[in-house]
Amino acid sequence: MKWLASLVGGAVLALASPAVAADVELSFYYPVAVGGPITKIIDGYAADFEKENPGIKIKAIYAGTYQDTLVKALTALKSGEPPDIAVLLSTDMFTLIDEDAVTPFDPLLTSDADKAWAKSFYPAFMENSQTGGKTWGIPFQRSTIVMYWNKDAFKAAGLNPDKAPDNWDELVAYGQKLTKRDGSNVSQWGVEIPSTGFPYWLFQGLTTANDARLMNDAGTETYFDKPAVIDALRYWVDLSRKEKIQPLGTIEWGTTPKDFFERKTAIMWTTTGNLTNVKTNAPFPFGVAMLPAHNGRGSPTGGGNFYLFKKMTAEKSAAAIKFIKWMTAPERAADWGIKTGYVAVRPDAWDTPAMKQYVAGFPAAAVARDQLKYAVAELSTHDNQRVTKALNDGLQAALNGTKTPEQAMKDAQQEAARILRSYK
Amino acid sequence: MKIEGDLLREASGEVGRPLPRSVAHAVAVASRHSNVGMGARWATHVNGWLLLLPAAVLLVTFTHYPAVATFIGSFFSTPKGARPAVFVGLDNYQAMIEDPIFWQALRNNIIYAASTIPLTIVLALFMAVAVNTKLAGRSFMRLAFFTPTVLPMIAVANIWLFFYSPGYGLADQALSLFGVPAHNWLGNEHTALACLIVVAVWKDAGFFMIFYLAALQQMSPHLSEAAALEGASRWYFFRRVTFPLLMPTTLFVLINAIINSFRLVDHIVVMTRGGPNNTTALLLYYIYEVGFKFWDTAFAATLTVVLLVLLATMALGQFIFLDRRIHYQ
Repeated sequence: MKWLASLVGGAVLALASPAVAADVELSFYYPVAVGGPITKIIDGYAADFEKENPGIKIKAIYAGTYQDTLVKALTALKSGEPPDIAVLLSTDMFTLIDEDAVTPFDPLLTSDADKAWAKSFYPAFMENSQTGGKTWGIPFQRSTIVMYWNKDAFKAAGLNPDKAPDNWDELVAYGQKLTKRDGSNVSQWGVEIPSTGFPYWLFQGLTTANDARLMNDAGTETYFDKPAVIDALRYWVDLSRKEKIQPLGTIEWGTTPKDFFERKTAIMWTTTGNLTNVKTNAPFPFGVAMLPAHNGRGSPTGGGNFYLFKKMTAEKSAAAIKFIKWMTAPERAADWGIKTGYVAVRPDAWDTPAMKQYVAGFPAAAVARDQLKYAVAELSTHDNQRVTKALNDGLQAALNGTKTPEQAMKDAQQEAARILRSYK
Repeated sequence: MKIEGDLLREASGEVGRPLPRSVAHAVAVASRHSNVGMGARWATHVNGWLLLLPAAVLLVTFTHYPAVATFIGSFFSTPKGARPAVFVGLDNYQAMIEDPIFWQALRNNIIYAASTIPLTIVLALFMAVAVNTKLAGRSFMRLAFFTPTVLPMIAVANIWLFFYSPGYGLADQALSLFGVPAHNWLGNEHTALACLIVVAVWKDAGFFMIFYLAALQQMSPHLSEAAALEGASRWYFFRRVTFPLLMPTTLFVLINAIINSFRLVDHIVVMTRGGPNNTTALLLYYIYEVGFKFWDTAFAATLTVVLLVLLATMALGQFIFLDRRIHYQ
């Protein structure tokens, strides 16, 4: 029926304008506030693409944060006019599938070149983009967690300023030297691992290093109360409560870079997306390192994927694939990474002359890439935001001392199991 | 209508005295021309309703219909993809009663309202009285008190986020002068809600001050002159004359303060996102979370019904009980 409808539609169009082929217009939801440097880059890409591909128009719609963009896309879907393409969190994959909002890429990738393209990305990024043997997202603006350290503070504490703590024990040992106390007041903390907004993501930097996984690939089970997970939480809580090298209570994600610039903390964990910010604003020499290892090493990935929405005509989806391929071409991925600090999503982007030159001048940019081989999928399940909230609440309760790590993770697991029971 | 009724009552001899001839004539004329009168009245009604129509359409579309739809939606399940909504009766309400976060949000909201409302009103009144007196730099003071109102809540919250930063934030820097160690204000379960209350009071007090100031300026100077002649102290005058005369303003301010305490959650989105561990989750923020993060629209509708009932009860209570005890000039 659908092909018939589009056939008839096409015929009507052809009759209406026999000479000129109608332009295909693709609406593209992108998660950024209007104005600012990112908007300009995206506008530039869209204009270049339109120049190279006459007949396709890209209508970029800047929709605010990831959360705002998801709300707008799903609301538009419920009112019957979904976007054609959107960049949304890779972890929203299950939500989008459950809402019947998106369509997998596989049936649209018919030629060998298309199939090769889908395999050209870092496998770590594909973990959050595939489920049930299908590809639902194409990596675009992806990140991981890395550790930033203040070289001046290391020197002042008698540490080698060019060597970051490489494992959990070293992090504690270095942290004790770096924490500057003056009576009951602390003028400089050893380390800050932020814990507001999405503490589960930072927590995965600890659980991965402790060789624990938080969920299965199908997104139907979580493992929050496994001993390795509880141990990872105990380590995090102990940084504040036992070792006293991290501030007590939850640490605000948004002000952590500021704490670092103000020398309130000598080491911080944050996203590679902050690289350009730190490079511009840190008033001291700094280093970037992989997260410290324990029984393993690693970090979760994060960030946004391209999604294709349902209800597109064949003509439109062909144009959409063309656009997404163009946006993720090696040169563009390299350019995007250099301009924003996101990790270029495919290995061959790092072989482009522009990227090679950039990394030669700023080796810190390559740390995220090198960490990718240890990277795991970000926590994502069915009813994702509810499950992550259960974990977040538990983490914050433990960090605040209102629950023990065991109790917090047991409660979180129980709540997650209750939420996920209907998805088995 | 009313006059006619009175006339008829008189005409029926209720009052018990003879009817003046002119009135009897008028009644007779009125009844004879009643058809014409009905038509004219009908035209007036139509006219009135037509004038009300634009406002009524907007009200129905954006207020009444959504409220009714929300109420109906709370008895259905959340539609997901291919699964349509089905009638589930009171299941959503049952789930709500069993949801500890709902109770916590409600408790938080009551604490939040019970603190912000009196604090804001007292502060607004105090500021209004202060800038109503003849004082050097009075305009500057008025401007300073009013400025927080002009700023958008999102901007205010971002400023306060840095005020509360542990160590170098304004709050800690000020306290460190007295030797108080640094606090993680927003990251502590015991202080986070209080921090948000302070922001709300700071933001709203200036706005309510304007209403009090306007009311104070309306007050006749004769009252204070008379009181001065009688030898009343200023506190006595304020307590027995000024404050009672300000009651209509206080009622207005009170209603607005209550509505604000349930309606304004922008600062929570910016400053704590309900954390740590739900200690700053207010009802509306929780509704937003359930509706637009969890996409459980039916459960969000159920929570919204509770919020609507709460607000409607309070508004009605205020108008019915408080209104009687207020002296309007």
